[in-house]
Amino acid sequence: MTATPSSAPPASPEPVTPSVPPRIELRGISKRFAATQALEDVSLDLLPGEIHGLVGENGAGKSTLVKILAGVHQPDSGTIRLDGEATQIHGPAHSRSLGIAVVHQEPRLFPDLTVAENVFIGHAPSGRLGSIDWGATRRLAEGLFRELDVQVDVGAPVRGLSMADQQLIEIAKSLSLEARVLILDEPTASLSAHEVERLFTIVRRLRDRGVSVLFVSHRLDEVFALCDRATVFRDGRHVVTMPTRDLTTADLVRHMVGRTVSLFPKVETPIGDVLLEVSGLTKVGEFRDVGFSVRAGEIVGFAGLVGAGRTEVARVLFGIDQRDRGQILLGGVPVSFASPSAAMHAGIAYLPEDRHQEGLVQDFTIAQNVTLPILPRLFPRLLTRISAERKVAHEFTEQLSVRMTGVDQLVGSLSGGNQQKVVLAKWLASRPRILILDEPTRGIDIGAKVEVHRIISELAASGLGIVLISSDLPEVLAMSDRILVFHEGKITAEIPRSQATQERVMFAATGSATGDELAVAPPAAGARGDGGLDG
Amino acid sequence: MSASVVPARSQRRWVGLLARWETLLVLALIGLIALGTSLSPFFLTAGNFSNLIAALMEVAIMAMPMTLIIVAGEIDLSVESMAGLASAILGFLWAAGVPLWIAIAVVLVVGALGGLLNGLIVARGGLPSLVVTLGTLALFRGMALIVLGPRGVSDFPDWFTAFGFGHVPGTLIPWPFMVFLALALVLGIVLHRTWIGRQVYAIGKNPSTARFSGVRVTRVRISLFVLSGMVASLAGIILTSRLSSARADAGSGMTLTVATVVLLGGVNIFGGSGTIPGVALAILCVAVMQNALRLASVTVEVQSIALGLLLILSVVIPTFAHQAKSALDRARRGRPPPTDSIARGEAAP
Amino acid sequence: MAETGVIATQGALRTRGSVLTSFARQRELSLAAIMVVLGALVSIVAPQFLTISNLTAVAALASIYAVASVGEALVVITRNIDLSVEAMIGVVAYCVASILERHVLDAPAAIVLGIGIGLVLGMANGVIVALLRVPSIVATLGTLSIFRGLDYVIAGSHQVPLAGLPPGFTDPARTNLLGVLPEFVVIALVVVVLGTIVLRSTRFGRQVYAVGSNPEAAAILGIPARLIEFSAFSVCGLLAGVAGVMWVMFFGTINGTAGTGIVLSIVAAVVVGGVSTLGGSGTIAGAALGALFLGLTANALPLVGLSQFWLQAIYGLVILVAVSVDAVILRRLQRATAERRAR
Repeated sequence: MTATPSSAPPASPEPVTPSVPPRIELRGISKRFAATQALEDVSLDLLPGEIHGLVGENGAGKSTLVKILAGVHQPDSGTIRLDGEATQIHGPAHSRSLGIAVVHQEPRLFPDLTVAENVFIGHAPSGRLGSIDWGATRRLAEGLFRELDVQVDVGAPVRGLSMADQQLIEIAKSLSLEARVLILDEPTASLSAHEVERLFTIVRRLRDRGVSVLFVSHRLDEVFALCDRATVFRDGRHVVTMPTRDLTTADLVRHMVGRTVSLFPKVETPIGDVLLEVSGLTKVGEFRDVGFSVRAGEIVGFAGLVGAGRTEVARVLFGIDQRDRGQILLGGVPVSFASPSAAMHAGIAYLPEDRHQEGLVQDFTIAQNVTLPILPRLFPRLLTRISAERKVAHEFTEQLSVRMTGVDQLVGSLSGGNQQKVVLAKWLASRPRILILDEPTRGIDIGAKVEVHRIISELAASGLGIVLISSDLPEVLAMSDRILVFHEGKITAEIPRSQATQERVMFAATGSATGDELAVAPPAAGARGDGGLDG
Repeated sequence: MSASVVPARSQRRWVGLLARWETLLVLALIGLIALGTSLSPFFLTAGNFSNLIAALMEVAIMAMPMTLIIVAGEIDLSVESMAGLASAILGFLWAAGVPLWIAIAVVLVVGALGGLLNGLIVARGGLPSLVVTLGTLALFRGMALIVLGPRGVSDFPDWFTAFGFGHVPGTLIPWPFMVFLALALVLGIVLHRTWIGRQVYAIGKNPSTARFSGVRVTRVRISLFVLSGMVASLAGIILTSRLSSARADAGSGMTLTVATVVLLGGVNIFGGSGTIPGVALAILCVAVMQNALRLASVTVEVQSIALGLLLILSVVIPTFAHQAKSALDRARRGRPPPTDSIARGEAAP
Repeated sequence: MAETGVIATQGALRTRGSVLTSFARQRELSLAAIMVVLGALVSIVAPQFLTISNLTAVAALASIYAVASVGEALVVITRNIDLSVEAMIGVVAYCVASILERHVLDAPAAIVLGIGIGLVLGMANGVIVALLRVPSIVATLGTLSIFRGLDYVIAGSHQVPLAGLPPGFTDPARTNLLGVLPEFVVIALVVVVLGTIVLRSTRFGRQVYAVGSNPEAAAILGIPARLIEFSAFSVCGLLAGVAGVMWVMFFGTINGTAGTGIVLSIVAAVVVGGVSTLGGSGTIAGAALGALFLGLTANALPLVGLSQFWLQAIYGLVILVAVSVDAVILRRLQRATAERRAR
């Protein structure tokens, strides 16, 4: 499903030399959110008439940078220069007026309005008496799409158009605003190969007209196919900027992941029986032919990029969504869960990605949150007893060392790490046999992370089977007995602990290689030329 | 919400109590009673009290399940029409010679079925309860009109009308009040003391989390609508009994009053908070207010204006109170939030 | 129907959307077609249905509802609802009738005043919803009660008789322009045309759709959502004022109960006319057609032997069906988008 672009990128004009003043110049940009330093002293140049790739893992700071350019956030420090002039981007409207356009992964259009209208919303041409000149709007929109060499019915409502088409409308919108900087934020996540190719053709055309394009992406093969230069971010810092023809995939991966953080490794545990076995699991549009097993005492890591389908698999396992095909065996018995309640009764617990929206009721106390899944079990005679609730809550929050003033404290006033522990406590109280953790340490600082990892390790030791979904590579490597790497809805690699390296996982996650083909030692850089595009 | 410095338990409790909506209602009630007493020396007599609440009992009864429904984040506008449908079917069956007990049973079943219709369309179909119950508001009323037409049926047996109109022997307490009391007690226990009630609050505050936590959201929602339908039917029966007359337009306009007393009772229109005692207090307040206004020779029409204003105020005041509180919290911010671990405290946002 | 595909070489953007455009545009056409078909069926059973006299009588009353529906449609497009329209109509109707009866103002001034009263009432709704942020369902439920109470207080038990109105005041409801088109229909048409032009061709009109279609995106684009909502409610009040004046002309005698019970038929008209309660879509013309459809239905019922009492039930069913259909379309679209991603 990866876009395998036509063999060599079409001959692009000579890359602009650094002597041309950059269109956008960022120097020393820093941004902090509560516990996280999202960006630290970052610098970046965007030249006119170039396609500049921005790569990095989840959490490397890419989206924060995009948001700063879009005017959504203000940097804590640093300067922004637009065509040589120092500027401050006050807000989204200001950013647009400066000629910066952002195409998000999820386009923000008005579904009930037509294509032409969406393109010109807010700046439609006026006719007599100040009314909107629909004829001109239509003609101009058609003209824009003609420039992009795309055929479209500009009179159709946007509702019902595919994500790819909506992106093109966003691009047309940016053209209509005469944007000189186009930022594409993970644009290809929901696109088919055809659509990716079409998008690239259009972006190249824009580049040739002098537009600066910032292409933020995980997909290294696309970065090589499309971009003139690439920048790597890691942990909020700028790592390197080089022309893409001077880089290999291996180089990029190394720059993206090269970290040696020693996290709590998983304690050796005897692995027991198979608890869960999945085969041929398919959900149209989300994932295909997923098969794996989980044993008691084992931690199976799900690695992969955002959108690879891992959470979607978890949701099907937990009964939130329904599968289209495939089989789930629990303890050897085929099961089918129509609701989370059913999955819970069968002994599965799921810690969701978004603990605020899906994991906790912010206005409830710790005790109320912890007991929520097990209420019918805890009080078979309907009436609740606070003492029993408190007892259960105490037991599990103690076990997890939750820092709180008492189980009657509202969870909304806890820190991120402690909130996550409460969610964990809640699920442990349901005494599951299989625990699925979706990004359990996201947004938590190092200290709490270590604690959570210790807890997860102990849980495995106590006989649970654990699925660990995580975008944090060191975490996945440290904790997992086996790593399943997802890419575009399929499992592209299964890497046992002993053979797992960050590069190997990242390769499989970006669809570049199946991992097995890589030599264990770092390859001689020049040997494979462009770097493994035969995956 | 709270800063890292948390005051002592008992201190918190008093502040919490004072700041509660229910306390405000108690104060308002006292004020209204004072007003009433100043208007008439007979205000605080049992006889007056009996009259005072009798007229509001059907509304009060319907307000009980409505409380749970609004706490769960939904709304049921069709209650007044279900009451009308109940009255119509009751009158129709009775006039056709069906024994009254059977007719009552049929009516209650119809109420449950109507509620089931609402519940299925909203919970299974995923449609917004506002518009759906607007539709059934019309549909049920229409069905009532089809069944009974414009006529009224009046020749009910004495024992039946005695229920709606009469009192518990030896006292001046109307029978419908006992029904309300029983319902308030049961639903109060359900909402505040059982795990079903906990789930209702969870669904109202965060339906996603509730669902992901194994709460059977669809089942709870449907049950609430079925309950509302049945109780609305019951209210229709009581209304028929009290007025000694079955009519298809019975209960017209009641939805407004029911919604008013529930919102006035401190239940948040968006769901997730509110109490049965609060609504009970609100019912008392509205009853006293209406009685006082009547004594002051204020016409029914002006009373309806007052009711409409009350409804709007009952939403506006909590919103402003909340905004004021947030502003206060923001001003007080600057104290560091609770620390995550021993190693590092979080920097202030 | 139309397959969505991407033609590789040229990158054509053929969309399922074009099918849906036609469906949406066809909403009005199919409604019109249904009316024609049903009208034909009814006239088989009751030939007096398709007579000029009958149709003009229907048209006159339906025009009043159509005018009110246009205002309601505006509100619903912004993802709100106005339940107080019937009371606004009642207040305006009585005030106008009473002022004329007591010879305080002459007819033209009274008409202007009536419309002005409607506007003020609508603005009150707008303030409560847009400024005080009370959800429109609660707000307009409250103002429904307040305005109706006001109406009773002002009217008391008085009924303005036909004789109280200036001679010829009720003529517009009964005369035809150029002998063919009832004047009321002309008024309704003017309102519909004006409304359509505003919504189609002005910046304000498009912002109304934007706010209802995607409030978050509208906020990011700097569209003043609250102002738009306030305006929608104000215009709704204004048009309710127009409808109130028309009410006096039609019925000739007014008391405090004028307009009672019609709010559901107005909401039903809007919803059946294709204005989705989810906001952002639907047309003025559709709402007016919906009013006409329901007016014809109300007229046809007794002619085919069904009592008038079926009307409420029909309104209810219409609302339920229309809302369900909207939801089904939405869901099917979401599934289609997901399926396309799989390829």
